[in-house]
Amino acid sequence: MRVALFIPCFIDQLFPKVGIAMVTVLRRLKVDVYYPREQTCCGQPAFNTGYWPEARELAARYCEIFADVDAIVCPSGSCTAMVRNFYPELLGKASLTTAHTYEFTEFLVKKLGVTDVGAKFPARVTYHDSCHALRELRLKDEPRQLLRNVQGLELVEMDQAETCCGFGGTFSVKFPMISYAMDEVKVTSIQKTGAQYVVSGDSSCLMQIDGYLRRQNLPIQTISLAEVLAST
Amino acid sequence: MTTSAFEQFTHDATAKTADLRHRAVIQKNIASYDAAVARGKSRFADWQNARSHAAAVKWETINHLDRYLEQFEANVLANGGHVFWAETAEDARAHVLQLARRHGVQKVVKSKSMTTEEIHLNDALEAAGIHAVETDLGEYICQIRGEPPYHIVTPVMHLTKADIAQTFQEKLGTPPTDSAEELAMIARARLRREFMTADMGITGANFAIADTGMIAITENEGNARLSFSLPRVHVAIVGIEKLIPRFEDLALFWPLLSTSGTGQAITAYSSLIGGPRQEHEVDGPREFHVILLDNGRTRLLADAEQRDALHCIRCGACLNTCPIYKNIGGHAYNTTYQGPIGSVITPHLRDAQEWSHLAYASSLCGSCTDVCPVRIDLHHHLLHNRRNAIEHKFDNLIQRFLFRAWLWTMQSPVRYAIAAKLGNFALRRGFAQAFLKPWTAKREFPMPPKQSFRDYWRQHGTGA
Repeated sequence: MRVALFIPCFIDQLFPKVGIAMVTVLRRLKVDVYYPREQTCCGQPAFNTGYWPEARELAARYCEIFADVDAIVCPSGSCTAMVRNFYPELLGKASLTTAHTYEFTEFLVKKLGVTDVGAKFPARVTYHDSCHALRELRLKDEPRQLLRNVQGLELVEMDQAETCCGFGGTFSVKFPMISYAMDEVKVTSIQKTGAQYVVSGDSSCLMQIDGYLRRQNLPIQTISLAEVLAST
Repeated sequence: MTTSAFEQFTHDATAKTADLRHRAVIQKNIASYDAAVARGKSRFADWQNARSHAAAVKWETINHLDRYLEQFEANVLANGGHVFWAETAEDARAHVLQLARRHGVQKVVKSKSMTTEEIHLNDALEAAGIHAVETDLGEYICQIRGEPPYHIVTPVMHLTKADIAQTFQEKLGTPPTDSAEELAMIARARLRREFMTADMGITGANFAIADTGMIAITENEGNARLSFSLPRVHVAIVGIEKLIPRFEDLALFWPLLSTSGTGQAITAYSSLIGGPRQEHEVDGPREFHVILLDNGRTRLLADAEQRDALHCIRCGACLNTCPIYKNIGGHAYNTTYQGPIGSVITPHLRDAQEWSHLAYASSLCGSCTDVCPVRIDLHHHLLHNRRNAIEHKFDNLIQRFLFRAWLWTMQSPVRYAIAAKLGNFALRRGFAQAFLKPWTAKREFPMPPKQSFRDYWRQHGTGA
């Protein structure tokens, strides 16, 4: 099986380590991956702001670039949801390309049937569900199954695991006061767990949480699920 | 200069998110709601299936609303009631005033009704010299405070017991107390007098039943029952979406509404009104009037994509789960219907441009859609409202240009790479953070690494 990597633009630019970690894990599992260099952005910022014709151009572009592959793997629930759930509405049709785009943990657990990737990460962590992974892709157990099999890792649930962190793309810029209040609720819930790390499958949520933690000098680290799984 | 709805929203949301006490009160009140609803849902053999069934019943009703409304009307008339079709809020208000004049009404008792809030009925009654008394405890507190309801189900969710005691002390001159029972008794004693002397009772309806011509009212205080049975005339103001086809549909909709609304298996009082007092009956109103209110609902009905928003049974579950609502509260919306459902329907019911900001005041987290008992696709409708806003050019030229430029960049990997290098340089030198000010004002923006993923792949990747 030849697997194409879909590395969302903000992962490419701000968090390349997340993409690299995903590649590390996939190669460890002997998955043959390649990276189509033509890819840029899935179009979600335009789509979510209401600019559907602009988003449609990029959706069509994605479907051309990733045509005829067995599977496409993406280290973001948000961008995966854009492709799999919203491209069909945007383009007026579903395709094998949209259907075969998987979020990373989903690909591991559902497609490969792997829940133990041989990782080691001795720390107390809590998991933040990204809204898109949880409610668009319905991924709740998959990331947790993977985390439970990480050697040395102690998973503690926060009471607000399913509550939005308040990022929401342009929402966080258009309504910063609401976004910040939501960030505050999230971080308070994280703090109560006594976790050293907050882990998530979506780096945009982690950026929102990390930005708050660092400004407040709070001793909690954020780390992507891919990086935890890549650790040995 | 008048303040736009958007400016008012921004102003109020800023004030409310900064008010930590307010946020603590509402989050505490919603947490106790959450616990009750979780218990309530566990009483259903299959909650998800109940939702699906309710959605199917509502889908059938809304997609054949013309037929069900006429059936309902025919049955109300056959039962000896009257039906008035109000196309606008003005039509509905005028009809109520006309009825009040015809019957020489001086005092109206009202039970909780969001449709009467929607048409600003109390103001119209007061202007005509008719005293209108809210008899639901929460609404009564709102009325004496001079505030609109904070929540469609629990109008004073933002208040603590102490706040209410203080309100009573200030507005009614009653002695201070910290007993909820005493507070309820103060209101009860006053309201009993109003019930006994009112000439007209005005209610809403939770459901209008097509095959019997009845309306169903759900409540917990018995005030609605007194409002429609003691006065001479009963007027029910009913949104046209409140129809359900069959009497037996209540077997599902009553518990569905009370479970989603308050976590109760069924509310303390569930009333069915089938018409005015009959000859052999000893009580009940002499006249029963139903006002079927459109007020923009048919615009929503004409929109096949968002028609399911008319499934709403006004349970309030989407408000209670919404992280926006939990942080800004109900008043900041400045709409009759707050929270996700309000943000979806208000642009349709009122001015689409004036209220277009509501669709953007959401992180699109989707929690509302997950809890909706009639499966309204709420957060996707917010996306649709955003698309509609851009199609109607409610955006500004700068934003439109930026998205065109952004698209041009993203259509070419070369242009994307160049733009990314420039952005990377600006961020690493600390120039770009100022452009991200709303976000970076209270957070640290991540420092981008020198090497992007595509650069990494060029060195370490294999394959295409």
